[in-house]
Amino acid sequence: MEKVAIIGIGMTKQERRKKAETFADMVFEAVTKALEDADMTTKDIDNIVTGCNDFWDGRTISSMAVGDASGAWDKNISCVEGDGTFVAFYGMTRILSHSYGTTLVTAHSKGSESVSSLITNAMFDPIYTRPLGLDGITSAALQARRYMDKYGITEEQCAMVSVKNHRNAKNNPYSQLPMDLSLKDVLNSRMLADPIKLLDASPITDGACAVILANEKTAKRFTKHPVWIKGVGFCADAYHLGDRDLAECKSLEKAAQTAYKMAGITNPFKEIDVAEIYDAFSYQELMWSEGLGFCDKGGGGKLVEKGETEMKGSIPLNPSGGCLSAHAVIAAGLIRIAEATLQVRGGAGKRQIPGSKTALAHGVNGPCGQSHCVWILGGEDG
Amino acid sequence: MAKRVAVVGTGQTYHKSKRIDVNGVELIYEAVTQALEDAELTRDDIDLVIIGNMDHFEGINYVDMWSIDGSGGLMKPTIKLTTGGTTGSTLAIAGYQMVASGLFDKALVIGWEKNSESDTTAAINTAFDPIWDRLTFAGAIGGLAVEASAYMNDYGITERDAARVVVRDRKNAYHNPYAHLRKEVTIEEVLSSPMLCDPIKLLDMCPRSDGACAVIFASEDVAEKITEIPVWIWGTANRHLYTYINDVNFHGLQSLKNASKELYQKCGIREPLKEIDVIELYQPYSFGGLMWLESMGLCKDGEAPRLVWDGVTDMDGELPVNPSGGVIATNPIGATGLIRCAEVAMQIMDKAGEHQVPDVKIAVSTGFGGCMWSDILLYGKEKPK
Amino acid sequence: MELLTKGSGEAEQPFQYSVGRWGSKFLMELRDHEKLFGIRCPKCLKVYVPPRQVCGPCFQRMEELVELSDQGILVAFTIIRFSFIDPETGITKPVPYGYGFIKLDGCDNSFQHFINIEDESKVKIGARVQAVFNEDKKGNLMDIKYFRIIGE
Repeated sequence: MEKVAIIGIGMTKQERRKKAETFADMVFEAVTKALEDADMTTKDIDNIVTGCNDFWDGRTISSMAVGDASGAWDKNISCVEGDGTFVAFYGMTRILSHSYGTTLVTAHSKGSESVSSLITNAMFDPIYTRPLGLDGITSAALQARRYMDKYGITEEQCAMVSVKNHRNAKNNPYSQLPMDLSLKDVLNSRMLADPIKLLDASPITDGACAVILANEKTAKRFTKHPVWIKGVGFCADAYHLGDRDLAECKSLEKAAQTAYKMAGITNPFKEIDVAEIYDAFSYQELMWSEGLGFCDKGGGGKLVEKGETEMKGSIPLNPSGGCLSAHAVIAAGLIRIAEATLQVRGGAGKRQIPGSKTALAHGVNGPCGQSHCVWILGGEDG
Repeated sequence: MAKRVAVVGTGQTYHKSKRIDVNGVELIYEAVTQALEDAELTRDDIDLVIIGNMDHFEGINYVDMWSIDGSGGLMKPTIKLTTGGTTGSTLAIAGYQMVASGLFDKALVIGWEKNSESDTTAAINTAFDPIWDRLTFAGAIGGLAVEASAYMNDYGITERDAARVVVRDRKNAYHNPYAHLRKEVTIEEVLSSPMLCDPIKLLDMCPRSDGACAVIFASEDVAEKITEIPVWIWGTANRHLYTYINDVNFHGLQSLKNASKELYQKCGIREPLKEIDVIELYQPYSFGGLMWLESMGLCKDGEAPRLVWDGVTDMDGELPVNPSGGVIATNPIGATGLIRCAEVAMQIMDKAGEHQVPDVKIAVSTGFGGCMWSDILLYGKEKPK
Repeated sequence: MELLTKGSGEAEQPFQYSVGRWGSKFLMELRDHEKLFGIRCPKCLKVYVPPRQVCGPCFQRMEELVELSDQGILVAFTIIRFSFIDPETGITKPVPYGYGFIKLDGCDNSFQHFINIEDESKVKIGARVQAVFNEDKKGNLMDIKYFRIIGE
């Protein structure tokens, strides 16, 4: 694959409710920051891919709201409706196709403006599943129970993820919920849907993110520290929850395989220095660790118990605090890419994992991790 | 390694006002199987599935996930794009870009809509800004009627001029077995049909249909092995110009003007009227079939009626427009832009049967939607350099 | 064979859309003072209504609010004669009614709203129109009842 780099990133603070801001305001903030970060003006942007979701925005051509704010005036533009990692993928192909030298990728959502469980309920099939009232949380609970049952993962092990990520968020000025928690705090928090308790779940968040991609020539023109896309892959599993074993994440394994092959990675546990993965729920960080090959099947619980995924561990996961600390749907995956980019650059401040040369970013689309997108980013010699 | 890309197969359903016999996933499956048959490929051969529709018509969130059984995306990379009316053409552009990137050899692109499942105008209203535009907006029909009023005022275009466009398209649709509305109409019938929003009457406006369309894009490495006549994409361009309906400039379709200019430049087209053999224009209403030919640079502003009355855009004219019958005959919104792509491909591949235009070498398909947005693609029988 | 459909029932998706700083100012001025405000781009000097943060063509943040007249010229319009369900209220719209775009004095883009069609013969492109406000104002666009024709 030809070289494509990430040369600019920008994000808003992720908050429970940005009452004063419209979607356009958030995106304008993220885009302006990304342009500043890349030392570019909107003239240097050749095309734009926006990421947004009609249901979350309450508007059936949700991309319309952020046209001006993305600097789309008189430019080629498209829109992917899915997690930010998928949006960025399309943005990348528009450079690899040689159609454009740079792509601005944006993603946003405001969870505060709607009733989240109605929005996620709408993911489910209207004839058979929706009337049961299934939503993002209850479906995750089904998966968590299945996963814990099959592999002997405990509620304590899941709670450890929450403790770690909220503590990590203390180093991230953009994150919504930096917190000092004990295991007991998590285990005693309000039960939402067994076994998922309040502190096992991600919050409702408003936020936006923008990332600038460039081909090799343009990247070298604008920055001394391009972060190269080494490998990328995505894959979708079956839709009806009963059509697959919820304790497995085959589509993640396939997506990861594609990305690792491209990046020449054979031992992810050793070769990945840091990973930002999509922990919408605490059990998911454990499941995805397995799918990404950081440990064996069913080994996610032991991995976190041993402290391997802490900041100082062998495979630090979510130094940013992850989705558990801030979860603006659609934007969240792009933020994982932005965070991974900061790591490789050495620009992640207090949340920096020292010596990060190869970072992984991961996003999820669809119920119970139906579809996954995996990115491998590396520095000059990574 | 960037690749050149061609359409190697197409499929579409027989579009109807109500497909009560299938749910959305089954509708998608129909188009997908047709496209695979057309290209003589199987699901295993496909590397990527790209799908789109306009969410609020069916009320399903994450359609790419929901449709996986019918789209063929199971355990494959699957992604969704949506940009309102331009969805279909946006999907075609994505099919091109994803394969041109060199990361995928064969992409299956699907556009679909079951418009019968909801109140179309109400759903279209929800596309517009909830605070500024939605409260007073009157759907696609209202918005387009306003454009027509400005056009008529600028150049003295008449309702009769617009009706001539409908007559052409409905005549063409008669010869297209996939079209939704296949009954020919006369100018008088158009003029006496019920007024919806001045000056748009019932027969000036497109229907809403249930339908799906699938198009297979392949890289140059495999395209010629798959089909005898691959349809090469020479270039794409688009402008989703306006964020607020208040900002629209009603004198000409600005987005189409800008996008066409860019496309012609990219593809080396200097005299579009002469050099293009066929156009499938995303034309949701009759007046658009006049004004937007001007916006595409086929003639001067205000001159399109002459072009149309002279028969230039008829099947046997110099530059046939909408040999399929176009959007006036068939409109499953998420599919419509992609059907334009499929129809153009069929023309170049010589597979358009009764509505075939002879000897098509260069063709254009457009997309329209959103806040007066436009997409445009140019296709050629010859491989681009 | 009987073919079934399933209704969406009483499904609602309630939203609380943020209006934003400039939009809020516009609606408050409308509600409290029956005044219309636009915003000027410092780069191209164009004035837009309703006011928003970014000038699209310039990609420029805007700050300068400009009071506009409540009068202007009708630049394009239509008369809606078919009824459809208003997604905001769930009620079928009563027809016929006028809908058009007005270039308010002092503004560079146009403003869409209802047009009074009591005398259809007067409703022409180029006609001079003026906003008519509702007695009971709530701080949304409907605080303007419609625009009426006041001249040729």
